[in-house]
Order: sequence, then C-alpha cells, then structure tokens
Amino acid sequence: MTAMQPIPSTPAASLLPGFNNPVDDAQQVFRAALQAFAHPGRLQTLPVASGLPDGLSPALAALLLTLADPDTPVWLPAGVPAAARAFLRFHCGCPLTDDVGAAAFVCVPAGYAMPALADCAQGDPAFPDRSATLLMEVASLADGDTLTLHGPGIETTQVLRVADLPADFRAGWRANNAGFPLGVDLLLASGDRFCALTRTTLVED
Amino acid sequence: MQSETAQAHAARAAWLRILATAPTDALDGAYQRLGQAQALPAYRLLRKPESGMAMVRARAGGTGAQFNLGEITVTRCAVVLEDGAAGAAAGVAYIQGRSARHAEQAAVLDALLQRPAWHQRVQDLVLAPLASTQAERAAHAAATAAQTRVEFFTMVRGED
Repeated sequence: MTAMQPIPSTPAASLLPGFNNPVDDAQQVFRAALQAFAHPGRLQTLPVASGLPDGLSPALAALLLTLADPDTPVWLPAGVPAAARAFLRFHCGCPLTDDVGAAAFVCVPAGYAMPALADCAQGDPAFPDRSATLLMEVASLADGDTLTLHGPGIETTQVLRVADLPADFRAGWRANNAGFPLGVDLLLASGDRFCALTRTTLVED
Repeated sequence: MQSETAQAHAARAAWLRILATAPTDALDGAYQRLGQAQALPAYRLLRKPESGMAMVRARAGGTGAQFNLGEITVTRCAVVLEDGAAGAAAGVAYIQGRSARHAEQAAVLDALLQRPAWHQRVQDLVLAPLASTQAERAAHAAATAAQTRVEFFTMVRGED
C-alpha cells in the first residue's frame, strides 16, 4: 500500500437511506400507484415511509424510489437541492436529464413551475407508452380549486380539490386529452397523499 | 491532480479487493480486534446488505469476443458513519456469496479507511494481516502448481 489520501468522489455526508425494506415497500407503493391510476382523482395515502431528502415531499420521494430506475431518465427543475439529486442517483440509479422532452418522469417539487405539458415526451403513435409521467407537488389536495373529473375509471364524476394549480392548467390538460392516444399522465402529490389524472381523464369546465 | 485522484482510486480498489476476498471468519476476527482497541463510530445503513446476481463475463484469449460465463451471487451494502465529520464518504462493499455480515463489516471498514483519523489503524490491524494471509495462500498455490511444471526443451539433433 502506498500513501493514501481521502477520496473526494462520494459526497455522502447528506445521503439518506431509501425504503426500509426496498422490495416490499416498493411493491406497496406501486400497488397504491396502480390504484391511483385505476381510479383517477381518488386520493391515495402513502402506505410506507422512506428516507426524505431535502427538496422532495414524502409522496414524491416514495413514488420516484418505486418507479425510477436506470432505464427511466428523470427531469428535475434546475434549482432542486443537490441532496435530492444524489439521493435519486444512489437509490434509483436513474439518469438525471435537463432536457424535459427526454425524461420518462418529470418531477416538479413544491415551489417550482410546471413545464408545459406539450413539452414533455408524448409517446409516438406506435408506442404511446413512451410518454412522460409528471409527478407534481401541489400545496393541498384537500382544498383549493374544485376539478370535476369524468372518464375511464370514474363511474359518474369524481370531485378533486387542488390548491395552486397553474392558471393555464385546464387549457393545457384539454390539449393533452385531445392528443389521445398520445399525451402525458399526471400524478399530483401533497405531503403523503397523491392521486392520478390519466390522459383520458376529462376535466369539466 | 488527475493522477493523484487515480492513485487514490487505485488504493481504494486495492483495499476493497482485500476486504471482499478475505475469508468471512478472518474478516470478522479482525473487525472484532479493531473494535476492542477502540470503539468503532456508529454508522447508518444507507443500503442494507442485499443479495443478488451478477453476470460474470469472460473473454477467451486476448482476441475472443466476450461471452457470459455464468451468474454469481453477490451481496452489497452501503453505510455512512454517523459522526458526520465534514467530507464524510459512504463505505461500500460488494462481495461474492450471501454473507450479509461480511458485506456490512467490509462496508464499515471502507468508510473508516476513508477517514484520515482511522486509516492507519485499520491498515495495521485489519488490512495488513488479511493481505499477508492472502499473499501466503497465493504463494502456496503457486508453489503447489510449480511442482508439476514441465519444461520443454528443443533438442539439437546433430543433422548438419
């Protein structure tokens, strides 16, 4: 052995553990996400907790730990703390991209602007599944604007209350509906609760 | 600067190799001795020891194409020391087999080796004995193989 210096390559001082039981916990969160997509607009509560890096909410962290892997590029806004990026890189091994159109998961934590839906990957006609899924943190899923939803997975209508949606959300979502079978799917998260809006979910005016 | 980093990486690769290939019991013994000399700092599991499969790829000769030799069981673990000194780095271990304890101890030792305060002690109490045992074993295997070595000589046949 020769003289050795400390190695500067792994900035792990702030790294946190992910799920307590990676396999079981990810399966439970995946199940909850399936329920959310099967019943658009119905609120789901996070079944398990995970390590929580600076910059992500419990639901966003758990959903990304469950869904993201080396095959799915993840987009984060430019200002997101390095701790969150290091966390995802370590636990998910996912590429982090700055190009929103190249991302499979577009993650928008609290306090950041949602990119235009049309800028995200829309899939292509032969493979509509190659589209992006947006994960967006909102101020609240218990009060705020009332969205009345209908479409597949909803028997009559589903009422969803969302605080702090962007002003042009309804127009952007109508355009997203119009592109079917292409388009993006949306997961709205607030703290440890989340719900899904699929590209087939219609928002009444 | 570049070569300094490369050197540090090579040194770390060398100790990771010693820790990974050490027999589980020998590593455990060395780990306990280190803990008796001075209590080890607390650590937090970043990634619990988990077993999985890794594909071993090989190449026949220097020119052959790569092929999949087979899968081996690998256990990995990552820890970070709790005392949170500046520049704290994660300790990692990837070992063959499914000994969770081996992976965890190797990861803790990797984290300690990256601490200047601990480096020399771990080097003396853990790495040096393990490395010399491994060197002895390798020398023994080489000596055993050398017993059956055959030397080929080309005989000069007085044809001219």
